[in-house]
Amino acid sequence: MQVKMRFMLLFSRQGKLRLQKWYTATAERDKKKMVRELMQIVLARKPKMCSFLEWRDLKIVYKRYASLYFCCAIEEQDNELITLEVIHRFVELLDKYFGSVCELDIIFNFEKAYFILDEFLMGGEIQDTSKKSVLKAIEQADLLQEEDESPRSVLEEMGLA
Amino acid sequence: MALKIVKGSIDRMFDKNLQDLVRGIRNHKEDEAKYISTCIDEIKQELKQDNIAVKANAVCKLTYLQMLGYDVSWAAFNIVEVMSSSKFTYKRIGYLAASQCFHESTDVIMLTTNQIRKDLSSPNQYDTGVALTGLSCFVTPDLARDLANDIMTLMSHTKPYIRKKAVLIMYKVFLKYPESLRPAFPRLKEKLEDPDPGVQSAAVNVICELARRNPKNYLSLAPLFFKLMTSSTNNWVLIKIIKLFGALTPLEPRLGKKLIEPLTNLIHRKIHIFSSHKMLCSQSHLIVSLSRIAVLISLSSGMPNHSASIQVMKYLGLLAMSKILKTHPKSVQSHKDLILQCLDDKDESIRLRALDLLYGMVSKKNLMEIVKKLMLHVDKAEGTTYRDELLTKIIDICSQSNYQYITNFEWYISILVELTRLEGTRHGHLIASQMLDVAIRVRAIRVFAVAQMATLLDNAHLLTGNMQRMGICEVLYAAAWICGEFSEHLENPMQTLEAMLRPKVATLPGHIQAVYVQNAAKLFATVLKNQEGNTDSTAAQETSQLMIDRLPLFVQSANLEVQERASCILQLVKYIQKLQQKDVEVAEEVCALFAGELNPVAPKAQKKVPVPEGLDLDAWINEPPSESESEDEQPKAIFAKEEPKHSRPRHTEVDEKELARRREARKQEQANNPFYIKASPSSQKAYQEAPGVEHIPVVQIDLSVPLKVPGLPMSDQYVKLEEERRQKERADKKKKEKKKRKEKRSGRGRKHDSGPESEEDITPAHMVDIVTEEMPEVHRSCLNITMNLKGNARTNMISAKKSSKHKKKKQKKEKEEKEKKKKKKHHHHHHHSDGGGEESVQNGTVEEEEPLPVSVYDIQGNLQDGSQVVVSVIFENKCDSFLKSMEFNVLDSLNSKLQRPEGSGPHDGLTVPFQLPPGVSNEARFVFTVQSIVMPQKLKGTLTFIVKDSSTHEKLDFKLHFTCTSYLITTPCYSDAFAKLLESGDLKCSSVRLEGVIMPFHHLLARICFHHHFSVVERIDSCASMYSRSIQGHHVCLLVKTSGQTVSIDAKCDEPTLLGNVLDEIKQTFSQC
Repeated sequence: MQVKMRFMLLFSRQGKLRLQKWYTATAERDKKKMVRELMQIVLARKPKMCSFLEWRDLKIVYKRYASLYFCCAIEEQDNELITLEVIHRFVELLDKYFGSVCELDIIFNFEKAYFILDEFLMGGEIQDTSKKSVLKAIEQADLLQEEDESPRSVLEEMGLA
Repeated sequence: MALKIVKGSIDRMFDKNLQDLVRGIRNHKEDEAKYISTCIDEIKQELKQDNIAVKANAVCKLTYLQMLGYDVSWAAFNIVEVMSSSKFTYKRIGYLAASQCFHESTDVIMLTTNQIRKDLSSPNQYDTGVALTGLSCFVTPDLARDLANDIMTLMSHTKPYIRKKAVLIMYKVFLKYPESLRPAFPRLKEKLEDPDPGVQSAAVNVICELARRNPKNYLSLAPLFFKLMTSSTNNWVLIKIIKLFGALTPLEPRLGKKLIEPLTNLIHRKIHIFSSHKMLCSQSHLIVSLSRIAVLISLSSGMPNHSASIQVMKYLGLLAMSKILKTHPKSVQSHKDLILQCLDDKDESIRLRALDLLYGMVSKKNLMEIVKKLMLHVDKAEGTTYRDELLTKIIDICSQSNYQYITNFEWYISILVELTRLEGTRHGHLIASQMLDVAIRVRAIRVFAVAQMATLLDNAHLLTGNMQRMGICEVLYAAAWICGEFSEHLENPMQTLEAMLRPKVATLPGHIQAVYVQNAAKLFATVLKNQEGNTDSTAAQETSQLMIDRLPLFVQSANLEVQERASCILQLVKYIQKLQQKDVEVAEEVCALFAGELNPVAPKAQKKVPVPEGLDLDAWINEPPSESESEDEQPKAIFAKEEPKHSRPRHTEVDEKELARRREARKQEQANNPFYIKASPSSQKAYQEAPGVEHIPVVQIDLSVPLKVPGLPMSDQYVKLEEERRQKERADKKKKEKKKRKEKRSGRGRKHDSGPESEEDITPAHMVDIVTEEMPEVHRSCLNITMNLKGNARTNMISAKKSSKHKKKKQKKEKEEKEKKKKKKHHHHHHHSDGGGEESVQNGTVEEEEPLPVSVYDIQGNLQDGSQVVVSVIFENKCDSFLKSMEFNVLDSLNSKLQRPEGSGPHDGLTVPFQLPPGVSNEARFVFTVQSIVMPQKLKGTLTFIVKDSSTHEKLDFKLHFTCTSYLITTPCYSDAFAKLLESGDLKCSSVRLEGVIMPFHHLLARICFHHHFSVVERIDSCASMYSRSIQGHHVCLLVKTSGQTVSIDAKCDEPTLLGNVLDEIKQTFSQC
């Protein structure tokens, strides 16, 4: 479970950032610079190239799913294949949760995507390798949220009434 | 109240939620910034409301905007508000926003401590979970310290969901607050055996991360992990554990053995663990996996329409190979073609990996081919970064371990010249330093190098045409220096001189201009010398005029160095011109300005200078003034110091003889002092008589490669030539072998007869002077190299005037020779150390009677004092098995004894302090004590060793031949001192006549110098006086005369036996030729 991830980015073919998660404290300005630089490099690569590249002192592992690029930065001695596996697992989770996920799902429910990511990875480490338990946790948290929301709507209706 | 709620709700209905915001942004593609700024204004309004739902919605939108790159730090306090909401929905959004926007310097984090603590102890596990997740992103040292205890309790929470998160976050806490590690560790260890697999893997995760930082402390956990590894079925966990063992095995070797079995099982089961077992490289027999990697790569390259995942395998395979290369180079080398193919890959990541591998894979045989491929890539490469990478790699590959793999330096120079044509490289400096290095160290290449550099200087405009390519103009620095320093080799020095004085030069960087100016002066000297030989004196004057015309340009330079050198030289040239007008011959004197050679010195040479006896480097020269000394004591101290002066006069009473002896000793010392500028006899001579000793060379090297390639060099030509050369050699060899086979008809199968030559069959076309760690000789001496050319057993003698360099040449063993029963190898080695009268030179000869795996090749000796001899033996393992437990033993004679460590008996062998993998050579040194040096002697010895594969003891007999010559040290002597020595009359006379010597006189002298460690004191026509000294201080003087084919040597020495033996040895040397 060799993932000491520095950050994970999701961006589209057009270079629009869809999700970013930083596992080490980085200044806002540096983040922006790194994201811009990385997107340029990754987008310039042809589809049949391998998923790894060395960039600064990091290794970049990326994979393209439909129009979205999933891109992770790991340290020199970390395992790139496992990182690829992590990306795939995350995509599977999104897919299960949204039901054949598309870019729009992530755009409009970006907070949900974050929740899933947070439930899967924590501080750059994998929390749980079981898809089932991750999804279960998310579902239950969502259930809790709905419970939260329903009494409020009643109140609101009362307020309106 | 009700109204307020109603108002809030109505407002809410008109608010934009996240979906609206996203949609809005998508609809305002043209004026996105403007749209977002209005949205931010709205959000600011929403945040001002009391309704937590509105606030949460606003914060959610802010998080989205933050992701798009907008600054939302101003809303930090509102985020904390939302975090502290009691409702999970809002809390979740609050924590998400916090985890995205907060960092260590966010000041509101201080306010969150209590809120987080409350959430951590919430009865709702999801509240706790969300808090832990958030905390993992923005934990600060303060938070870690304050919350460490709470998190620790959570590690034994009833819910695995919480336990798992708590365990994981502990790692972050340890990082921020290391003190927490000690109390938390026992509990963390407990979690390794948690019933829940998630918690377990989290614990493995954290401990592996910790162990990576400091493996020693976690060695005790090895048994536990071993159990986990054999029992766990979770691949993710397994990989992590294997990685952990990778960190542990170097500390505990026994672990490695234990791991072999389970690991091989794992590998057979799961191929994708591959990339994780980088550690496996330490387990030799797991090399099995290598073949599999190779299969992967070949598979992937074989497929015409390879997809990305195959590229991934390729990358990983190359990566794994680079790990294995370090320990098992042979097994990787067999996949060379595959790796070369990867260089053609479209993917830069893969190309870079393959490049890395190439470095370790080159050999003499394939270097040209590999570099040729790389050069093609250089031409094709688009990005400058990749091109620069290629360039450095080419140079790295070629220059590694002292140019070990280069057989033809002309080819290398051409490669370097070709590289200068690269556009926009940053590595001009690197190329320049290579050019200088090669030109200085490879004597045979200078003519060629100078010609190439002259062309470069001539075409300097191509290099400097574009200001952006300033990086490459560093090359001109090297070119100018080489042309100046070795100007005697220039075909047309005048043309080069003009090229160096072009006005365009003034645009170059200062340090390059400085070199231009200085070397223009050197060239000027050479040109003058050539022109003065002619009868027409106007040419010389025109040259001076050219200098005077052009130099003022540099005198005006803003660069101090350039200005200073230029004005110096300008004045000099003006003076020369004046002399020329008076018809005075000046060339010789001008040349004298630049006489002598700069010699490379090994970086470690200083270490080799022995500290003279009685000199303690750590002792104070003057006692440091003690601080307690009070002021009034000082006068006393001065007085006390003066006292010894009174005793001085005693020294003046030393007699004249003693004085003369001291003067001699001092001269000797100065002659050997690299930092003392002396009037060495040879350099004087070089100036007095034009040909000088510089031109002693006897037989030209029999190069099958032409020394000159017309036009600009094309490295490809060399590849072709090299191939032809090898083919010829191979043909020669085959012929011989066939003959042999006819004769012998031996049943023994030959390894290969026409197949690819083995590494040692390739004879280098040029030799590098390898400055090894030893002290270079300080004075000039003659050094000959004996080299056996493959295929024909004849020996070519090359003798070159050498200065200050140490030549070491490993001789190649040939098959033909192998079959000979006895083989003699001479290796002569000069060594000279400085200071304290301790001098060292030894010359050893080994006679070896053996064919099999180990070969003692190179023997060199060193004398540290009058009675010690150091014999360096190079062991080279020629067989295919690993050799270990080598023991070196010599039967002592009365006169010579092998020095053994204290406590060992007189017949014990010395353990050779290394083992030898196949094909590897290493050097060991042995010290012998010698009492009398007047007689030569042979020592018998044996080398025992164990062949690892068969575990058999093998024995190898050899003889060490200590000749009397070995005890002589090349010592320079001045003619006046020499005359004094002969006059003194305490030397015994002896003489010898050699008949039928058909070689030029200077060859003869060179031979005596090289083989017998003499130096030429003086030479007049066909008569020369020579001098040498033994390690015990015997003077040996020779007077060599030649007439026709007869050479007579009259010798004088204070030890007649020694003299007799030396003369015998000299006689033998000449009878062999």
